[in-house]
This record gives sequence, C-alpha cells and structure tokens, in this order.
Amino acid sequence: MSAATTSACLETLLGSRPQAPAAFASPTLGWLGRLRADAVERVGALTVPTTRDEEWRFTDISPLTKMAFHSVRTASHLQASDVERLYLEEAPTRLVFVDGAYAPGLSRPAQDGGVVVTSLAGALSAHAASIEPHLGRHAEFSGNVFAALNTAFLQDGALIVVPRNKTVAEPVHLLFIATQKDAASHPRCLVVAQAGSEVTLIEDFVSLQDEAYLTNAVTEIALAEGARATHVRVQRDGGQAFHIANCAVNLAGSSRYRSVAVALGASISRYNLDVLQAAEGAECTIDGLALIAEGQLADTHSLIDHAKPHGVSRQLHKCVVGGAAHAVFNGKIIVRPDAQRTDSSQSSRNLLLTGKAHVDTKPQLEIFADDVKCAHGATVGQLDSEEVFYLRSRGLSDAAARNLLTYAFGAEIIERIPVASLRHRLEQTVLERTTAKS
Amino acid sequence: MICQDSKTLLEVRGLRATVNGIEILKSIDLTVKSGEVHALMGPNGSGKSTFAKVLAGHPAYTVTGGTIRYEGASLLDLAPEARARAGLFLGFQYPIEIPGVANSQFLRLAYNTVQAQRGKDELDPLEFDDFVREKMKLLGMNPDFLDRSVNEGFSGGEKKRNEILQMALLEPRLAILDETDSGLDIDALRVVAEGVNRLATRDNAIVLVTHYQRMLNYIVPDYVHVMGAGRIIKTGGSELALELEARGYDWVGAELKAAAGAAA
Repeated sequence: MSAATTSACLETLLGSRPQAPAAFASPTLGWLGRLRADAVERVGALTVPTTRDEEWRFTDISPLTKMAFHSVRTASHLQASDVERLYLEEAPTRLVFVDGAYAPGLSRPAQDGGVVVTSLAGALSAHAASIEPHLGRHAEFSGNVFAALNTAFLQDGALIVVPRNKTVAEPVHLLFIATQKDAASHPRCLVVAQAGSEVTLIEDFVSLQDEAYLTNAVTEIALAEGARATHVRVQRDGGQAFHIANCAVNLAGSSRYRSVAVALGASISRYNLDVLQAAEGAECTIDGLALIAEGQLADTHSLIDHAKPHGVSRQLHKCVVGGAAHAVFNGKIIVRPDAQRTDSSQSSRNLLLTGKAHVDTKPQLEIFADDVKCAHGATVGQLDSEEVFYLRSRGLSDAAARNLLTYAFGAEIIERIPVASLRHRLEQTVLERTTAKS
Repeated sequence: MICQDSKTLLEVRGLRATVNGIEILKSIDLTVKSGEVHALMGPNGSGKSTFAKVLAGHPAYTVTGGTIRYEGASLLDLAPEARARAGLFLGFQYPIEIPGVANSQFLRLAYNTVQAQRGKDELDPLEFDDFVREKMKLLGMNPDFLDRSVNEGFSGGEKKRNEILQMALLEPRLAILDETDSGLDIDALRVVAEGVNRLATRDNAIVLVTHYQRMLNYIVPDYVHVMGAGRIIKTGGSELALELEARGYDWVGAELKAAAGAAA
C-alpha cells in the first residue's frame, strides 16, 4: 500500500473531526486541548501500519485504507425498544453510545455514594481531579496511529470513577451500537478505581447493520493500591466491520485486574491489551477467546509488563477458527530487572476446524530478572479423536460430538464471565456458531 | 446366569484386527447370550482392550477378517454411535476428560439420544436432574459431579463410577467394561461392583475385561476366558479366575503349546 493511500485514508478520517468545544481552550481544560493537538500531530506523522511492521506482521489492515469512513454527526433516532434486548438484567447502570455518540436517552448513568458512571463530556469540570492524571496518560499514542486518531477525536466517552474502598455491587454496562454504513466511531473509556475499590465493567460492541464501518476504541483503566477490577469485553461487531481497539491498564500495588475478552465479529479486528504492573504485588488474569469463520481475521496482541516485584499474571487465550479465517495471537510478557519473584504463566490454545483455517500464535517472553517463575505454551490442533469417540460411543452422532467439543473449547473462556445473562447469551451464540459450522 | 433358552446377543467368529498396520487380534471366537456374565482376562498386551474397542467401533482399529454379529446382524457396518444406540456399551478403561462440557449436559444428551432411538420420551433438564440423582445415589456419587466438566479432575474411582452411571442411564443390552476395576480402592470397587450387579438382568449381558481376579469376587462370572497373543486360548468357569490368580498366566500359554506339540 502506498504512503499516499494511507495518508489519504487518515486525512479522510481526521477530516470528519468535529470542532473541539470552546471550553477545551479554557485554562482548566487547556490540557485536554493540548492532548488533542498532540494526537493530531502524531496522526500526521504516522502511517497506517503494513505487514512490514513487526507488530502487524500477520495482520494485513490494507483493506481499511480503501474505505472512506467518516465520523457521524447526525443524532441517533434509536428508541429504547430498538435496543432493549441488548441490555443486561444484572447491569442496571449503563452507558450507551450509538455510532460513537453518547445516547443519554438510552443510558442510565449513576452518581451515588461517590461512584460516577457518566459521559465524560459532562463530567470534565466536576471530576477534573480524577480525570486529568489518567486520561491520555496510559494509552500511549506517540507510536500508535489508531490510539492517536482516537485521541485526536477525544471529546466524549465513558467515565467510571470508583471512590476509595467502595465496591460497586452491580456490573457497569458500556454498550456501543453501530447503526450506520461507513461510519467511523472512536469510543473512549476511562476507568479510575481508587484504593481498595472494586468494580466490574462490561464493554459490549454490537451492530444493528451488516455494512462496513470502523470502530476505533481506546480504553484506559487505572487501579490504585489494592483496587480490583473485572473487565469483560465482547466484540460482536458486524461481519463487514473493522474493529481496532487499544486498552491500557495501569496496576498499582496489590491491585488485581481480571479480564475476559471475546471476539466474535468484524471482518478484521485487532485488540491491543497492555497491562503495566507499576508497583509491587499486582495481579492480572487475562483470558481471551476468538471464535471466527469464513474470511474473518481476529488479532489479539497483549503485553504484560512486570515492572515491579511479586507480580502475578495468568493468561489463557483461545482461538476457534473455521472457514478460511485467520486468527493471530501475540502475547508479550516483559519481566523487568526490578521484578523479582514474578510469577507468570501464559497459554495459547488454538482449534482449527477446517483445512483452510489459519492461526499465527507467538508467545514472546523477555525476562530480565533472575528469580522468577514464567511458564508458557502454545498448541494448535484439531479436535481430539479420543474425545470424539468417547461421545460417539454414548450415542452422539459424529457431527453432534464435534459440535459439542468445539463449543466446549470456547465455553471454557465464556464460563469465566461473571455475569450470568451475558454468559448464557454468549454460550448460545457459540452453540449456534459451532452447530452451523458442522 | 446361564440359561439354555436365552438368545444369543453377540457372536464373534475369527475376528482379526490391526492398529497402525500391526495385527493385534489374530482370530477371536466368542459367543455371549443374554443373562450371562463373561470375564475376559489375560496378561498386558494380549489384546483384551483392543477387542473391547473393536466391539465399540473405535476408528483407530481396522477389522481385517472375521465377523461380529450382534442380535443377529453384523456390527461391522455400524458407526460407533449406531452401536451405542443399538444397546452396546463400552465402559472405558481411561474415561476421557472433556473440559467445558458439564457432566449433566453430557449425561442427558447421551440418555436422550438413546431414548429417542427406543421411541421413548426424552427428558428436559429438570426431569433429567431428578432421574439422574436417583441413579447417582445407588452408586454413592455426590451430585456435585453433575455440575463439573465431564471427568475433569475426577479421581480414578470417580471416573469409573461415572462410567457405571452412564451404563445405568443407557441400560445397554451388552455392556463391555474395560478394566473398570483398575484404579479403584477396595471400598470403591465394592460400590461399583454392586452397581454393576444391580444392572445385570436376564435380558442383558456383561463382558468384564480385567487383569486381576479381585473384581470377580463381587461380580461372579459364568465364563472366564483367557486371552493370549490376540486369541482366546482358554475358557472355563469362575474357578478358572481363582486358578489364574494363584498361578499367573504363563501356564495357560505353556499348556496350549504342549497341546499343540502333542497334536503335531
């Protein structure tokens, strides 16, 4: 792809950027204006990556450069009755974004007991002290054109602030709905969990249409000393969609981050998850599932950065690949010289359902400390023939046995989602998909 | 029990089978009638487990000669699932762990598949739950095993109980239990054996594949067969098992060789 096409693509995307609100020039919000300006500058300096870039070796994003996506300015006409079925009964607090724009009529923000779940734009002044130290500080954009592009658009988003020692009992649902062809949206999410607090967050990307569009999301999660967060991410974008997302997590001492990310949709998707264990005794558990078929491509790049001692990380990433689909997993783990007594394990397990399905999996360990425990492994295979025979010997047909085993392979990750209604829906989706592919 | 007028369930004649091109079964003859309990014994590598898997239709084994007739029809053309639905059951020596599939879901699927085949009503999850819990009680199984993944993290004894639970649910006409006694302590062995005895009727038959005699203290066989080098080389009553326990297997082979020598 030529430099000209890539810059044209970025220009088109950037060209649809709405004017920043006047307030961003004010002394109190000047930092935000500068952040956006820096990001615009970076977009200008960077190009859309190609397969010659090490980080994009297996993922050819060039189809994106042939599209003319632009951000949408028309307000959504969606009614609650159009989207109610997407709500989760366990999560009464909900922020809904339609084609990237906050939809107050569909949302149920919360502001009680100091817990803030609201649109970022409306909270900038009131919660500046929580926002400024974190927004744009964790998700590095100097070398990442998509994070830069998202930041250039930064104006609104989802804000979750959990005060000290507060436990948010019910999960918070962030629902991103795509409704328009050729729309580009840049969802932004900031989660600030103060010391000893606890929260569960569900990011849920869905589409009500089948045409092409672009989702380019950035999420930042900052956990203070001893805070705990569970982060569920479900990408069920439309079959023609491009989904690119960057999530940066910063863990203070003894904090704990659990994440389950499920990728089902999009034509091409890429999820970068960067977790920094910035202080002693932080823990993270990162699980992922990509279940794809036909010509889909799903790429997950994770980075767990053990910067300080006594950190723990656990990672299980699974791909179920059918049709002529292509899954990519790159799991990087850095153990820095300071991070003695790190305990890390990573497993990448992949199931190929057809001869044309393809997976590239690459565990990448960079260990600079000597007193550490790090285990990693990767498997790529087909269904176990002994398991198939066991089920057949109990009367299940060959197809039923294979479907059940394929389902089970994916269900191991789905089961880790602590929200029953979402889990059941996804189990149903996985069941339908695995049955359809026999 | 041996009944003169009972019908023949299984008739194996001159069965030969290979795995990866190596011949394991060299010519097996065996007749099993309903109501009977057979013990198939023999040293490691004599072909016992291979025979069990061939009967169940394991795709890794190729039948190269002979016949297997089950209730009068050839079994060889039937897929493993068709054999199961026709009432043949293999209790696995090493039951397979299936992470991600709840045991309750697996048991119900298997049960309903076989019920449908017999023209009987399938059970919904709630009905099945009541039904399976009753069966588990008889085997002294904790109902928690319903919620766990199939055999995953089960101890050896729990896996074997789970096999007999499946047998209890599927009510096979011919059950082949492959080393169901291995990995069981004495108490578990007794419970499992009692479970099997309870399932034995005039209308079904059981083939116990075992290396040792100890299970046969609880489940008394009508016939004991000794396998050696891919053949059944001796058949006797339950007293033969005691003799094998006392004297080992070598003498059976020696006796056969001597007889062959005398005939030559």
